[in-house]
Amino acid sequence: MMRLPVFRLHQPESLADAMALVASSDGETRLVAGGTDLWPNMKRRHQSADVVVSLKRVAKLSGIRGEVGEEVRIGAMTTLAAVASSPIVRAAYPALARAVESISSPAIRNMATLGGNLCLDTRCTYYNQTEEWRTSIDFCLKEGGSTCWVAPQSPRCWAVSSSDAAPVLCALGARVRLVSPAGEREMSVAELYRDDGIDFLTKQPDEVLTEVVLPPSDGLRMSFWKLRRRGSIDFAVLTAAVAVRRKDDGVVSEAAVWLGAVASAPVRSGAAEAVLVGNSLTAEIIAEAAMATRKVATPLDNTDFTLQWRSKMVVHYVEAALREIAGLERERLVPNHAM
Amino acid sequence: MTPPSSGRVIAPEQAPPDSAPGSRPEDDLRVVGTPFRRVDGWAKVTGQTRFADDITFPRTVHMRLVRSTLPHALIQSIDTSKAEAMPGVVGVLTGKDMPEPFGILPVSQDEHALCLEKVRFVGDPVVAVAALTEDQAADACSAVKIEYEPLTTIASVDEALETPEPLIHDYGDEGNLHKKISLQFGAVEDGFAEADEIFEDVMFYEGNTHLPMEQHAAVAVPEGGGRITLYSSTQTPHYVHKVLAKVLEMPASRVRVIACSVGGGFGGKSDIFNHEIAAAKMALVTGRPVKVCLNREEVFYCHRGRHPVLMHLRTGFTKDGAMVAQHLKTALDGGAYGSYGVASTYYTGALQTVTYGLPRYRFDSIRAFTNKPPCGPKRGHATVQPRFALEVHLDKAAERLGIDPADLRLNNLLPPDSITANYLKVGSIGLGACIRAVVDGSGWRDRFQALPHGRGLGLACGSYLTGAGLPIHWNHLPQSAVQLKLDRTGTVAAYCGEAEIGQGSDSVLAACVAEVLGIGLDDVLLCVGDTGLTPVDLGSYSSRVTLMVGRAAIQAAERARDRLAEAVAEKLDVPAGRLVFAEGRVFDSASPDDGLPFAQAVQRAEEKFGALATTGSYAPPRAPGRYRGSGVGPSPTYSYSACVMEVEVDPVTGLYRVEHVWIAHDIGRAINPVLTMGQVEGGVYMGLGEAMMEEQVFRRLPKSRSNALVHKVPSILEYKSPTFHEMPPVTTYLIEDPDPEGPFGAKEVGQGPLLPVIPALANAVFDAVGVRIDQVPIGPHMIRKALEDKAAGGEGRYGPKTFPDVDFGVPLMVPTPDEGGDGRATNTEEAGVRKGSGTMTDGVGKDSKP
Repeated sequence: MMRLPVFRLHQPESLADAMALVASSDGETRLVAGGTDLWPNMKRRHQSADVVVSLKRVAKLSGIRGEVGEEVRIGAMTTLAAVASSPIVRAAYPALARAVESISSPAIRNMATLGGNLCLDTRCTYYNQTEEWRTSIDFCLKEGGSTCWVAPQSPRCWAVSSSDAAPVLCALGARVRLVSPAGEREMSVAELYRDDGIDFLTKQPDEVLTEVVLPPSDGLRMSFWKLRRRGSIDFAVLTAAVAVRRKDDGVVSEAAVWLGAVASAPVRSGAAEAVLVGNSLTAEIIAEAAMATRKVATPLDNTDFTLQWRSKMVVHYVEAALREIAGLERERLVPNHAM
Repeated sequence: MTPPSSGRVIAPEQAPPDSAPGSRPEDDLRVVGTPFRRVDGWAKVTGQTRFADDITFPRTVHMRLVRSTLPHALIQSIDTSKAEAMPGVVGVLTGKDMPEPFGILPVSQDEHALCLEKVRFVGDPVVAVAALTEDQAADACSAVKIEYEPLTTIASVDEALETPEPLIHDYGDEGNLHKKISLQFGAVEDGFAEADEIFEDVMFYEGNTHLPMEQHAAVAVPEGGGRITLYSSTQTPHYVHKVLAKVLEMPASRVRVIACSVGGGFGGKSDIFNHEIAAAKMALVTGRPVKVCLNREEVFYCHRGRHPVLMHLRTGFTKDGAMVAQHLKTALDGGAYGSYGVASTYYTGALQTVTYGLPRYRFDSIRAFTNKPPCGPKRGHATVQPRFALEVHLDKAAERLGIDPADLRLNNLLPPDSITANYLKVGSIGLGACIRAVVDGSGWRDRFQALPHGRGLGLACGSYLTGAGLPIHWNHLPQSAVQLKLDRTGTVAAYCGEAEIGQGSDSVLAACVAEVLGIGLDDVLLCVGDTGLTPVDLGSYSSRVTLMVGRAAIQAAERARDRLAEAVAEKLDVPAGRLVFAEGRVFDSASPDDGLPFAQAVQRAEEKFGALATTGSYAPPRAPGRYRGSGVGPSPTYSYSACVMEVEVDPVTGLYRVEHVWIAHDIGRAINPVLTMGQVEGGVYMGLGEAMMEEQVFRRLPKSRSNALVHKVPSILEYKSPTFHEMPPVTTYLIEDPDPEGPFGAKEVGQGPLLPVIPALANAVFDAVGVRIDQVPIGPHMIRKALEDKAAGGEGRYGPKTFPDVDFGVPLMVPTPDEGGDGRATNTEEAGVRKGSGTMTDGVGKDSKP
């Protein structure tokens, strides 16, 4: 059996206590939410900690507040199952509900949290392996080694941002609240990420992500398509999250086109957005916008499926998501999940 | 369209013969043929079943293995001193503690419990450490220091051919080729000369693994008097017993192996594994029970799964689609050890002849050693890969000849009671009925080639052994035996060495006994899979258990019935021949009220004869082949299957979804129709996994920077196997045409239904979008690539293009029965082959005693 290493676990009941523990602990200290990412990573010894501070008992961090048509606030410790089944989320942010519902399996969604999903460690088939396996390749740049085996000439790590909530929340213009002993700050979800497989979060180690703030969704149409091998369990190898606001005459006034799982951070396609804004959502405009995403993503050979094919799928998935928003006929085979 | 529901079909062409062992007229069967709850079901669903990992004893210590992190290297030094001094450590073993080699086949004694001088793949075990807790053992493993001298690594058949040295093993047919075979049955070139059309294909079948839910586990217990008992999750306790005695250098009489209920085997637990031997040795050394539970990654390293096989198939056809000659070449990537590989190599050619008429046939094959976990038998053993090639090849031939693929097969069915060109004796054949069932059920005649672009139907067939005709260790002994003990309560205890691996063998054993003695399943008490208490059954492999255990059980039960009948006849004063055993009574058929409850019948017999026990056993009939290699392929009877699959393919992305599977299986007779259907559906599921996504693949790093050669994704998350979402509705037809060799006419079902599923997908993809995918698993990128190729004016195909240039030398020539052959080869000396029919027994290493 894969065993956890020995560490000290704290389960404070208030955010203040949690932050105090993080600030005062000796050695490497980590926060844990649902644990569905950290515990397996620690079992494989590619993440480690002397001290783990669990947020599980901090009751204030769970729950969904707000109404359809208003700003909605989701506590970081709200489970993915609770987010996916929330009537407010389903009505106001259906793409978020679909994305969250597609994550892993029901058992995992009952444990995993929205905040945890946003802070999910980046993934790579050279990295998410046991210590013994990684010894066999002399480790990698992200943990214990000096070479990124995905791109050996590269000075950086190319591990993949694998959060399904992240690209949707980027597309929806959501913000996150970060709290530390020094104070609080809010930033857009997009600003939470950095395109670096190792240093992928702009959050400071002593900051706790406490809340996701979603702007009112009135008039916003949105969609989320996810590519992976199976209809459950698997992490995405490509996601397309799109959101569009149209004027009364059907002309697009705002557009957001985001891709997930194709880089170390969610990727925005400004070019696709530019094609959409000022136009009606016709099949031709959608096809043109989708084509504009062609060069945005540069998948590498560190996930399931061949990278060339994944790269070609970007256009088709963006197009399928936009066609769904526009109410056009589905042309692509619908993935086996949540749709 | 509403698909017809699953059901059972009594094969129309042939009335059930009365000669099937154990049979009485059809309506007389009380247990056999009626769906019943499996006898081990209650314990399994309520958690009462004790799997190997559930077992513990006082003072148990825990063992972990230190595995090689290099793919091919000489061991220079092993320093365990630091580990030995760590907290809780009670024992450390290295290869020199168990220097005796072993292997499942007598001809491939090439493994060591722990590596001696070299390591041959990443994951090869080198050191075993036992400690008071598993954590302590793992920590101590980390403290073991091993120094290696790296050797050139070999990752594929091509590399093995190019790299005859360094040798991965110091035996084998040539360089790093473990095995090289060339067999020719009849005047093959004359056959090709008569052909109207000759079609050729090169196909590839990627390796994959069994992925049982239960990870291997074992507990070794030192007993008094210098004995050792090993509890293990194994399909083959008899072979584990033999190997333990050999490697531990102990008399077999001092070694006892108990097969626990197995949480999924599929062939992956039919070898003897390093951890089993090391645990037993550790228990002897420390004097304490030793438990070892592998993690998922280690299960990927145990492997013994499907060989990656490259195949070249060339067949001559008449214009009406009959095959006149065929030449099959296969190249197997064997991994680092022999395992069942010699048998696997022959199996890639052996069963090409048992479905359709094939008068002349040549088969050439190589198996290469490579620095990867060893391949071996997985459901369908190595017949699955060439079956994929043959059934896709036939689909292409049918298209080119303008014949419906179903008709091409129906028109060329092998007749029942045939002896094939390679001397397999085939009995009943329900394949025609299978094809008709799935053709009717799927609406094939109206829908094949008539569905909209993107939607398609594919048809394919398969066949499998009902038990290998020869034992692994050649001898004249029974291959299965059952002992019955009848006691005064009316309970019948059945003792048998069979191993319940989830396939339902316990239920089959109980049903055969209950049927013959007219008692309930609850009245049969089972004691199975214990080499100390039960008579030998060779194990749960080669789909042998229902037939061989069933036949032995029927014989033992009939002997018991005869004894009881004699005593009851005397008591009732009626002729023994008039007595009926049914519903827990023994009674006069002429006057059913006159009789005794079964328990009283036992008591009467015990009064008359003393304590009651009977035995039964079974050995398969001898097959007609007499050439070297003829030992692989014979079986008492063969099962047949046919499958139609409907698929939806996205013609832009290449993504696809299997919409429905219709499958018919020639079961002979279903002893338990529910269990049989479950096995068919399980076979469909596993076949779909192999067809769609499962692959055991490896990764090299840039050679300028690293010598690494690692399993790409040894985790159950990243090794993709279908979920509920990918499993389509399945319509199952059981074709019941009782075979005279089977118990009550039954044939196998554990493996055969997987075979047609894989080619059916490839054929369905072609019907849907018009491209040929000549390799599995079929990834969406392959379909997309083939579609792009077709759009650019290419042939619209994805797959391998060439077969390696191998000099197979002079084939062993065997005239066919039609040519007046007697099953012997005519050029044994010229072909450089030893005489005799043995394939796995002769050769290097000491021949083991039975």
